[in-house]
Amino acid sequence: MQIERHDMKEPKRKALKMERRDFLQLTALAGGGLMLRSFMGVAAPAQTRAAAPVLSPSAFIRIAADGTVTILAKNPEIGQGIKTVLPMIIAEELDVDWKSVKIEQADLDEATYGGQVSGGSMAIPNNWESLHRVGATARQLLITAAAQTWGVPVSQCSTTSGRVIHAASHRSLGYGELAAKAANLTLPDPVNVPLKDPKQYKIIGHSQGGCDVPAIVTGKPLFGIDVELPGMMHAVFQKCPVYGGRVKSANLDELLKMPGVRHAFTVAGSLATTPGGVDPSGSALEPGVAIVADTWWQAQTARKKLSVEWDQSGCLLQNSKEFAQHAETLSQQSPANTLRSEGDPEGTLKNSAKVVEAAYSYPFIAHATLEPQGTTASYKDGKLEMWTTSQTPGSGKKGVAQILGIPPENITVHLCRVGGGFGRRLNNDYMTEAAWIAKTVSAPVKLLWSREDDFGHDFYRPAGFQYLKAGLDQSGKVVAWRHHFVTFGEGSHTASSANLKNDVFPAGYVPNYALYMTAMPLWVKTGPLRAPGDNAHAFVVESFVDEVAIAAGKDPLAFRIELLQNPAIRATFAESLKPTPGQPMPYKIEPRMNPSRLQGVLQLVAEKSNWKNRKRSPGTGMGLACWYCHLGYFAEVAEVTVNESNQVRVNKVWIAGDIGSQIINPRAAENMVHGGIIDGMSEMNQEITLANGQVEQTNFHQHAMMRMKQAPPEIEVHFKKTDYATTGLGEPSLPPILPAIANAIFAATGKRIRSLPMSGSGFKWA
Amino acid sequence: MAFNLTINQKAVSVDASPDTPLLWVLRDELHLKGTKYGCGLGLCGACTVLMGGQAVRSCLTTVSEAAGKAVVTIEGLSPDGSHPVQKAWETVDVPQCGYCQAGQIMSAVALLASTPHPTDGQIDDAMSGNLCRCGTYTRIRQAIHQAADTSASTAAIPAKKI
Repeated sequence: MQIERHDMKEPKRKALKMERRDFLQLTALAGGGLMLRSFMGVAAPAQTRAAAPVLSPSAFIRIAADGTVTILAKNPEIGQGIKTVLPMIIAEELDVDWKSVKIEQADLDEATYGGQVSGGSMAIPNNWESLHRVGATARQLLITAAAQTWGVPVSQCSTTSGRVIHAASHRSLGYGELAAKAANLTLPDPVNVPLKDPKQYKIIGHSQGGCDVPAIVTGKPLFGIDVELPGMMHAVFQKCPVYGGRVKSANLDELLKMPGVRHAFTVAGSLATTPGGVDPSGSALEPGVAIVADTWWQAQTARKKLSVEWDQSGCLLQNSKEFAQHAETLSQQSPANTLRSEGDPEGTLKNSAKVVEAAYSYPFIAHATLEPQGTTASYKDGKLEMWTTSQTPGSGKKGVAQILGIPPENITVHLCRVGGGFGRRLNNDYMTEAAWIAKTVSAPVKLLWSREDDFGHDFYRPAGFQYLKAGLDQSGKVVAWRHHFVTFGEGSHTASSANLKNDVFPAGYVPNYALYMTAMPLWVKTGPLRAPGDNAHAFVVESFVDEVAIAAGKDPLAFRIELLQNPAIRATFAESLKPTPGQPMPYKIEPRMNPSRLQGVLQLVAEKSNWKNRKRSPGTGMGLACWYCHLGYFAEVAEVTVNESNQVRVNKVWIAGDIGSQIINPRAAENMVHGGIIDGMSEMNQEITLANGQVEQTNFHQHAMMRMKQAPPEIEVHFKKTDYATTGLGEPSLPPILPAIANAIFAATGKRIRSLPMSGSGFKWA
Repeated sequence: MAFNLTINQKAVSVDASPDTPLLWVLRDELHLKGTKYGCGLGLCGACTVLMGGQAVRSCLTTVSEAAGKAVVTIEGLSPDGSHPVQKAWETVDVPQCGYCQAGQIMSAVALLASTPHPTDGQIDDAMSGNLCRCGTYTRIRQAIHQAADTSASTAAIPAKKI
């Protein structure tokens, strides 16, 4: 069985290395604009985020003669606000007024723009330094152009609001007036251009509205689903309800007689043929039947008449109930893999004054982005053009090139605004399907999945089963910890996003510690869902920490602080990683969790929620949880009321987050944290189940997400600004809300939720 | 089969099968892309439009049912985003991905037309048929209050030709 080993949690970070000498050519735009052309050599992608890539300002900035500044947004916009935020960084260093900036979405061109990936909350870590330098380099060119015009030293010139100033002579020139001259200058070395003191920021740290909001509220075509091309047809693609099933026969002739239907054909697909294998490629083409019609509704109507005989030989027809039984059996056996072992965990557990033991589990869940998967593709004369909603369009293009045998240089990819990503679109199966169909019919085609396609053919968040044991000494201090993770995969390999890293809390904070993993086979695709791994592991670990704290007779806050203050850990934490306060560069990322930062947010959320004076009345309770992931630190407190019918209402949530020294776009950041909370609440009561290998849920009524009346009336977001590097926000606010609410339900009712969905424990949302 | 529709105060004629959902007529025949497909079963509200002043799910409304009724889509609220609900959405910076927001706005317009100053409870009741996968509910509530405060009368459904 072949199982994907690649963990998509942090997509491969691409760093461009470029030889700066001789590669830059500057040209003036007709009409006097600035357009810097670059020709850059690209090295192989680096495996780590070592040096920031050197990017050319020409790729990102256009200045028209009238002073209008156009900045290109490089990454896919999936609702995380990146189309606004990355240009904000450039505009800050360029030193222009934000209201004079127009933003344009860049096409896919990673050789020019660097990696164009929206995933892993990595857009800020991967682009912070390079985009600062893009803006600052362009500003330096404009200053030089003005200094030469006036015959004064560069050092006497400054900038403000899109103008270069020579204070001594009271002269100034607008960027628009300087653009043509600047375009003929040699680029300065971006690494040596001066950057702003963060205290001077006028754009970063100041709330700016989302750049597409005016178009969104007026219903302008923006999203992948909105693409329309001359002569375009519409496609649906029916796959086997069981993953990997092949088409034996289908009533294609009947479909071709239906109104509007132009083509109906079977697709053999490109799945790896390893017996028992789920193809690890996120771009793989599943077998199925394509129906192409004049309108989508005609294609969809024809599909209702489709009759397919599927060949499911070689597929595993699994059932969700069997997973739980198998996991329980495996938990009783000796674990297959030891991921970490320190001290004498088993011996210490036997001799502990008190042992706390619990089994936790959670189900498969779906992404259910509100915009279903789809792509528009046009194939003509050996060239393919695509309009897509991928979070990893570069990987998607690569997959299409390989599977269709089209050279990458003959494929153009345009990035559309994306109606929700959540990790679903890190995989690009829909791109391959659209490309295949367009090539087959040699015409522009828009493929759109139905909601039923989407629920039935997701890369699901994998279910998991976790068995924990903690040993306490006489004083209630944790002296031993045993954590056995039963997941999906084979041997030491786990299915995508079904892994557990060996630094999961409290690894490293308990002297006698063991982390084990046992995998069982799975025949369904899995993949990353917002805060992959962490969205489940935080629920398990932080719920169990709450159980242990209560068993130890300690306050859950004090208990966590005590664990985080383990002196052995503090000693090993490198002092050299401390950043220089107030400096935007060098941009240093801490390689592992810094316990003092987690304590910082715990203390802040405790203060804001008045934790020590919290109410303890029957039916109402407060719960606390914290988590570190995606370089961000979050502590959250929820207050819930549970009525006699076990209906849960979340009255209020307090959040404290530390993502470093800057909150780049504060109001958008608050919005995204609200989203993390509500998304996490949805995950507490969703479930995807398999029956005979087929996903049973087909639409939102069977996989409910939070509705407005269930959302907390108050969500209070606090950011603790620290001197550390500014990092991403898409994911880290989500994981702690699940255990915070579960712990609050325990405080309110005395009932511990150890298994999700919470309906299994008798709870539902009010 | 030909149907005469009134979309955003304009009379249009479309040729479609009678059971074609209004959603797909709007999107694929009339090229009005603001109204979105989310579920096809009236569960998510992304396709909400106004028909005879009421918020309806255009994925469940057939073209034959829409014939002869006044339909207003997100594109018909104002030519320039100046409708008070659109302005409030922009000021409050409601959207994350933005895919559901046309449907949210249309539900909010219908609510404010019947209840010019809704309470939180009335907002929750009127808006709970519209899913937001990104979780912008707090902002939506805030924007509806703001639109109500701006001007109840101008928040009405457009009555004159725009």
